[in-house]
Amino acid sequence: MTQVLILGAASDIGRALAHEYARAGSNLYLTARKAERLEADCSDLALRYGIQVRAIEFDALDFASHSTLYSSLDPAPTGVIYVAGYLGDNEKAQSDFSEARRIIDTNYSAAVSLLNLAAASMAIKRTGFIIGISSVAGERGRGSNYYYGSAKAGLSAYLSGLRNRLAASGVTVLTVKPGFVATKMTEGMPLPPLLTARAEQVAGAVFRAQQKGRNEIFSLWYWRPIMAIIRSIPEFIFKKLSL
Amino acid sequence: MKLSGWGNFPVIDARIHSFRSEDELRGILRETSACIARGLGRSYGDSSLQREVIATGQWNRLLHFDDRTGLLHCQSGVSIADLLDVFVPRGWFPPVVPGTRFVTVGGAIASDIHGKNHHSEGSISSHVPALDLMLANGDIRHCSPEQDAELFWSTCGGMGLTGLILRAKLQMRPIETAYIRQELRPGRNLDEILAHFEDSSSWTYSVAWLDCLAQGRDFGRSILMLGEHAGPAELSHVNADQALCLSAPRTINTPITFPNFALNRLSVRAFNSLYYYRNKSKTGTSLQRYDDFFFPLDAIIGWNRIYGRRGFTQYQFVLPRSAGSEGLATIIRTIGGSSELPFLTVLKLFGSEQPGLLSFPTEGYTLAVDFPITRTLFAFLARLDEIVQGYGGRVYLTKDVRLSAASFRSSYPNAERFAALRHNNDAAAKFSSLQSERLEI
Ligand SMILES: Cc1cc2nc3c(=O)[nH]c(=O)nc-3n(C[C@H](O)[C@H](O)[C@H](O)COP(=O)(O)OP(=O)(O)OC[C@H]3O[C@@H](n4cnc5c(N)ncnc54)[C@H](O)[C@@H]3O)c2cc1C
Ligand SMILES: NC(=O)c1ccc[n+]([C@@H]2O[C@H](COP(=O)([O-])OP(=O)(O)OC[C@H]3O[C@@H](n4cnc5c(N)ncnc54)[C@H](OP(=O)(O)O)[C@@H]3O)[C@@H](O)[C@H]2O)c1
Repeated sequence: MTQVLILGAASDIGRALAHEYARAGSNLYLTARKAERLEADCSDLALRYGIQVRAIEFDALDFASHSTLYSSLDPAPTGVIYVAGYLGDNEKAQSDFSEARRIIDTNYSAAVSLLNLAAASMAIKRTGFIIGISSVAGERGRGSNYYYGSAKAGLSAYLSGLRNRLAASGVTVLTVKPGFVATKMTEGMPLPPLLTARAEQVAGAVFRAQQKGRNEIFSLWYWRPIMAIIRSIPEFIFKKLSL
Repeated sequence: MKLSGWGNFPVIDARIHSFRSEDELRGILRETSACIARGLGRSYGDSSLQREVIATGQWNRLLHFDDRTGLLHCQSGVSIADLLDVFVPRGWFPPVVPGTRFVTVGGAIASDIHGKNHHSEGSISSHVPALDLMLANGDIRHCSPEQDAELFWSTCGGMGLTGLILRAKLQMRPIETAYIRQELRPGRNLDEILAHFEDSSSWTYSVAWLDCLAQGRDFGRSILMLGEHAGPAELSHVNADQALCLSAPRTINTPITFPNFALNRLSVRAFNSLYYYRNKSKTGTSLQRYDDFFFPLDAIIGWNRIYGRRGFTQYQFVLPRSAGSEGLATIIRTIGGSSELPFLTVLKLFGSEQPGLLSFPTEGYTLAVDFPITRTLFAFLARLDEIVQGYGGRVYLTKDVRLSAASFRSSYPNAERFAALRHNNDAAAKFSSLQSERLEI
């Protein structure tokens, strides 16, 4: 029986992932900063798919709580998905380090802290999967969101290193780089409709990629060529673009 | 973003808000003035259109189900499609389903929808023991036929104008198989089909397809479809343990929006004849998957695009039973003699009226006719309104896009009581649709 831990399960993408795994018969641990926000999701998932679901409180920024949280999970997760993220206010972060730090910690440091624990537990059992939801924003720093972008870049590099380390142990690591997704995070932003995915589409792609043991996906797929082009723009031109 | 109802007319620019918690919804209500709830947008006209729209798509959880009694508690954005997927395999069926499974529970209650079983089981509000409503000021009211009954009966059928339905209880009905025993009875003319209806009241489900353009001795020719949930003994072709399971439905897409000239009198006449004679030859009993019986149009995804860019509307009215044959004949003759193009036409006999203040069904005959929108259509429909009202009938708001405020007031006897309630709890200042503005509700 698979037992999947979704960190940040009240997010739109996290919720869609919960449905994917529940449909496949996994039992779930769902987290949010306020566990009561997950009450309705727990009954919904249990009713729809006949699985067991538990809601757990998790604050990414409360680093001291992470190891107690992870070791309290019984049975231990066979899959862990880090979905939590914080877009933050790029302008504020320029002058207020606490905002910059919050962006870095939510998207990167806390992921490192938790996925370290997951990796340790899975490496011993020599089985399991880890998924990190990074972002295309981590592919190149842009003037308008480089705190978020650099934290996601850090997450992507961490995941690639973790995959390398765990390759021999049979634990798989999947890096997910979504482009625009219509969620609470992006509500009210003028996203181009043709380039914007629904959370369910991203979750479906993530589930299939994980089942196939893939290493890295862009979601939706066309962001791979788009980002290849963006990465190939020479820096002396890129720095002058307003992005 | 561009938004329209199922009829693709009118198309307006709207801001869509979604919410995931009561607090988030409260925040949206604080910041918007005129707004309206929207489920899956299957109402045909402007009932769920406004510049600010509150979508319930993210508010779609099943909260509790009692598998002894079949009582379900869920959030309002849950769709009938969800309910079918989850509960048919467990032996439960929604108490009332419309002609498409892509409607929400909230939308179904707000329109107090009826199904093919209206004559036997009433509209959906008869199966809703209670609901929670968020009022204009953010307060949440629990109401039911026993508690705060005036609010309950103005919300059922109230077209989103009393508040936002958050949660509802729904009494599901037990079934033994996922199949329907169907019987087809052709009616060679209007009198014959009405007689068939009168003779078939013991069936749970009944509806007729009618050819509006047939003339002479074929005038009003129809095919009556009767249905009953099939028992396990009737299924010879499936194993007993598969009786509640269906494979995924087959669907096809409508690839393009059809040009306006694709539907014309000739193609509709040809379609009608084909349909009539094909089904007439299939007269008798057969076993149908429930989705083929209830939702034949869902198999064609985006079928509303066959009506072209100008869009279409559905004119659905009900006439008291006493006006039956004469009233229907007058209206069908008026439609047939006009230059407008009636496409799919459906006839049904309603059972008795429920207490919903703005609920549509009253005991009698209801006819629903799809029309592509033309320059002359609305003037023509206003003429039909006069005939309908002359016979003491009225039109269905969830299909409407052009009724006048005066016609609304004179055909819905509780219009003023409804308006007073809306005024008293400040709903009037917060919740309005393009339809409620037009109808001065
Ligand atoms: C192919 C087809 C067949 C149909 N067959 C039938 C039929 O047989 N019988 C029948 O009765 N109807 C039928 N309908 C109409 C349909 O059932 C109704 O229009 C229904 O209300 C649509 O639900 P929705 O979720 O799409 O709501 P929308 O179209 O989004 O909204 C409809 C109304 O409900 C209100 N509303 C939606 N959600 C809420 C909420 N949470 N709280 C308060 N108000 C809310 C809206 O404000 C609006 O006034 C049919 C429609 C189609 C397209
Ligand atoms: N939307 C996009 O366009 C897009 C694009 C690329 C990548 N992504 C990434 O996708 C992931 C999901 O985002 P989303 O779009 O679905 O956004 P969202 O709905 O705003 O979700 C944000 C999630 O992060 C969690 N979170 C934030 N701060 C936290 C903290 N201090 N402790 C614990 N959890 C915290 C939230 O948990 P609470 O429930 O406790 O608030 C919530 O689950 C994020 O990592 C995001 O960066 C999104």
